[in-house]
Parts: sequence; C-alpha cells; structure tokens
Amino acid sequence: MSFLAVEDLVVRHGLLQAVRGVTFGVERGETLALVGANGAGKTTLLRAIAGAHQPAAGRVLLGDADLTNVPSHKRVGMGIALVPEGRKLFVRMSVEENLLLGRTAGRPGDWSVDKVLEMFPNLKPRRHAKTGHLSGGEQQATAIGRALMSNPDVLLLDEVSLGLSPAIVERVYDALQGLIASGTTIILVEQDLSRALSVSDKVICMLEGRIALAADSKSVSRDDVTKAYFGLHRQKAEPA
Amino acid sequence: MSNQIIQGILLGGYYALIACGLSFMFSVMRIINLAHGSLAVLAAYALWFLALRLHVSPFVGLLVVLPLMAAIGWALQRFLLERSARGGALLPILTTFGLAIVIDNMLFEQFGANTRSLAPYIGSLSYDSWEWPGSIYVGKLAVIMFATAVVLLGGLQLFLSRTGLGRAIRATSEDPDTSGLVGVDARRANAVAAAIAMVTVGLAGAFLGMRATFDPYAGAPQLLFAFEAAVIGGAGSLWGTLIGGIVLALAQTLGAQVHPQGFLIGGHAVFLIVLFVRLSMAGLSLRSLLKPPSRSAP
Repeated sequence: MSFLAVEDLVVRHGLLQAVRGVTFGVERGETLALVGANGAGKTTLLRAIAGAHQPAAGRVLLGDADLTNVPSHKRVGMGIALVPEGRKLFVRMSVEENLLLGRTAGRPGDWSVDKVLEMFPNLKPRRHAKTGHLSGGEQQATAIGRALMSNPDVLLLDEVSLGLSPAIVERVYDALQGLIASGTTIILVEQDLSRALSVSDKVICMLEGRIALAADSKSVSRDDVTKAYFGLHRQKAEPA
Repeated sequence: MSNQIIQGILLGGYYALIACGLSFMFSVMRIINLAHGSLAVLAAYALWFLALRLHVSPFVGLLVVLPLMAAIGWALQRFLLERSARGGALLPILTTFGLAIVIDNMLFEQFGANTRSLAPYIGSLSYDSWEWPGSIYVGKLAVIMFATAVVLLGGLQLFLSRTGLGRAIRATSEDPDTSGLVGVDARRANAVAAAIAMVTVGLAGAFLGMRATFDPYAGAPQLLFAFEAAVIGGAGSLWGTLIGGIVLALAQTLGAQVHPQGFLIGGHAVFLIVLFVRLSMAGLSLRSLLKPPSRSAP
C-alpha cells in the first residue's frame, strides 16, 4: 500500500466535475509531478488532498489513516502541507509571522524560522517586512517556507514557478532539490514539462479531470507526455 | 475649555471600551453585532444582580461575569453566528438584531422597566474626583475607565501580534480558507475572538452601570456610540478605536457647551462627517450611494 493513496476521487465545483475518479499512489520519499493543460483538474486534485475541497466520492489515505473527511487544518497536523497556487500569503503579516503560522499544527521537526531563512537567504533582510510588499520570488520562498514550518511528510506544491522570472525559478528549484534529496515526499503541479520530468520520480498527466498517462519520469518519453497532454494518447488510469 | 477637553478625552476611554468588542468582531469575523449594546446591558444587570442579592462588589463580580461573557461569546459564535454566516452577509446582522430584541425583552420581563445603577455598590467612586490646578476636577472612575481602555487595547494588541493564537485569529480574519491550509482551526479562532469580544463587552457593561443608570432598553444607545466610535476610528483598528472614542466624546462634550442638546448632535455630526470623508476617499460619492441600481439589459 502506498504512503499516500488517492482512490477513485471525484471532486465537483457545483455542476462541474473537476476530478473524475482519479486513483494513484505515492511512496515515501518519492516526487510525483502532476502535469496537464489548464483546467485539467491538477489544482483541484491537490487541494482535495490538502482538504480544501471535499470530494464527492473516493478516498484520500495517508498510511493507514483515511483523510477523506478530515478538515484541512487537521491534515496539516497529520503531515500534509500545501503551497497553494498564487502563494496565498497573509499580506498584512510579516514574513516571520507567516512562517510562524506554519507551526500552528505543532508537528515536531527540524524546521524553524532560522532554517527557512538559511534555505532562502534573500528573505533574511525581509524578515519583518509585510509579505504584501515582497517580490514574487520572495513571496514564493515565504509560501514554501511556511509549508515547511509544519514539518510535513508530504509537501504539495502548486505551480511554484508561476509568474516568476527564470532566474528566480532556478533558485526556487535549487531549494526544492535539497528537499527532494532530504527524502520529503512531494507532489508537484508544474506547467514546465521538462522541469517536471527532470525533478520527479513519477509523472501523471491529467486531461479533463482524468489521468491520461501515469508513468515513470525517467523512462517515459517527452513525446508520450505531450501526446497525453493534448489528448492524443489515452492510457487507462492505473495505480502509479 | 481645557476642562471640557480633559472630560471629553476621559469619556473617550469608555467609548473605546464599548467600541472595542464591536470593532474586534467586525475585523475578525466580518460580523456587525447589533446585540452588542444589549449584551453590555446584560453584563451590567448580572453585576447588579450579584451586588443586590449576594452583596458582591461589582469589581469582584467581574471575576464571575467576565468568564460568563466569554462563554456566551463562544456559544454565540459556535451555535448562532457561525451558522447564520453560511446564509450570507445579511443573515448574521438580522440574527444579532433579533438577539438584541430577545435580550432586551428578557431583561424587561425579569427586572421590569426601572432604571438601575451599580454606583451605589462602589462607594463614592462614581462621584469622587481629583482637583487639578485651574479648578479642573477629574473623576476617579473616568480615569480608571480610561486606564482600563488603554491597558485592554494594549493587551489585545500584544496578544494579536505576539502569540500563536493571536496570529491565528489575524490569519483567519484575513483569509479563513488559507488559514486552514496552514493548520489554523478557523472555527476555534473565531470562537476565541468572539469570547474575547464579549469580555470587552462585559467590561464596558460594568463601567456603563458604574458611571450611569441603565434599563432593559439601554443597549441601543450604547450600540450607537460604539458604532460611531468604531467608524470614526476605523473599524478593525484597535488604537483607532481609542482615537475614535476620544473624537466622539470630545465632539459630544464640546457640543454640549454650545447647546444643551449639542451633546448628542455634536457626536452624530462628527460621525457623519467622518463617514462621508471615508466614503469619498473610497471613491463612493453621496450621489452614487443614493442612485438606484441600474437594471441590466436582458
């Protein structure tokens, strides 16, 4: 049984079925990349794992625990942290206050404000600045740091490179490489296919709420993923 | 004139106390609690009842009434406001309006229409004063109220900025959905905020009873003063509430010097001026506010 398992998950936004019976699993320490066109259901899936969306059907399991009906704040305490799309920082609060909020769930672990600032040195001089006044890269670093402060077992990253300059994206991914190397389980939503394939162990390509392709990142060809991305190649969803 | 200014500033402390809870609930839960004044009067009645029946000083009575008010705040949020908030922005306002009517009439039913006061139970404190140079008399109770307001607002400021629970409450007020994603229990944060707001209401009720008389329907004017002070100071700003209270009280005190009815008119006039200035700064003119909504084309 996988460390994090998603079984037949269905998530609706009103009448729209955004995720349609998705099943996959992630082992401890693995990095899974979720790719797909806009509206494919990647963000909804990630948010459903984090507890921000209540599924209409299916289950989310972490180890032996069924998280399906567990509210989002309790999932943080159980080891799941989300870096949401658009960062969603508390803009009236400082960098330090945002980071400290990540510790609310009280999970034991090594992450501290100083360790996050060591990981993202560009935040050091901005420690007491309101996050609404930060650059996009600094905001993204704060959002990742805030999630790390909860000492997660599973880190969910939603489009961390969105809206950032290539140099800043490079810096963010350098930091993520450290996390991947440390054995943190990561599910990553990424639009940049090459980058997604290079950092992940497994890749899932979503199309219209379903899994169009689930494969090993190292063995799958970029062409196959591109075909799945545009719906030119469909593969029956299998537990990854 | 300096005497009026000092009296006005000290009265501002009371208004800050009563506005503090209203402003706090609005800033955290986005709820305008129209039962605010009635809940303050309820606290005053509870203290009066303890003093009358059990001969407990109102200051000692606060040890019982404030935790009781905190519990009422917690329960109100959990069982009434949280549920009504799911029905849109208007429903909590109507709910608290209904709650005010229930409290007022329950107090009337229980204690009758007679006016009451806590002044007889605090010795000479309600009328004792210090004489300052220039024949200025400063009421001891007024100074205590002002000091309490400053300590309370300062304490709340510290709590919100220095403690984990305070940060959780601020995060919830800013974005309740995201606060859940970082591990904050938004329901708990809101319930704690409501409990804190009710403690400040309890204190305001105690001082209302000590400095003046009250009756079952005294809540409405207290709500009005609280609302005016909160708007003048900027709803959601703790120190702004103190400034708002002082400005309101100064306008009332100075208005009373102009005309016997100028006390209330002066306060309302300043409130309206500040309100229109704020609306103008937000890009909302009086004309646009009065204009009927345009019908969209079919």
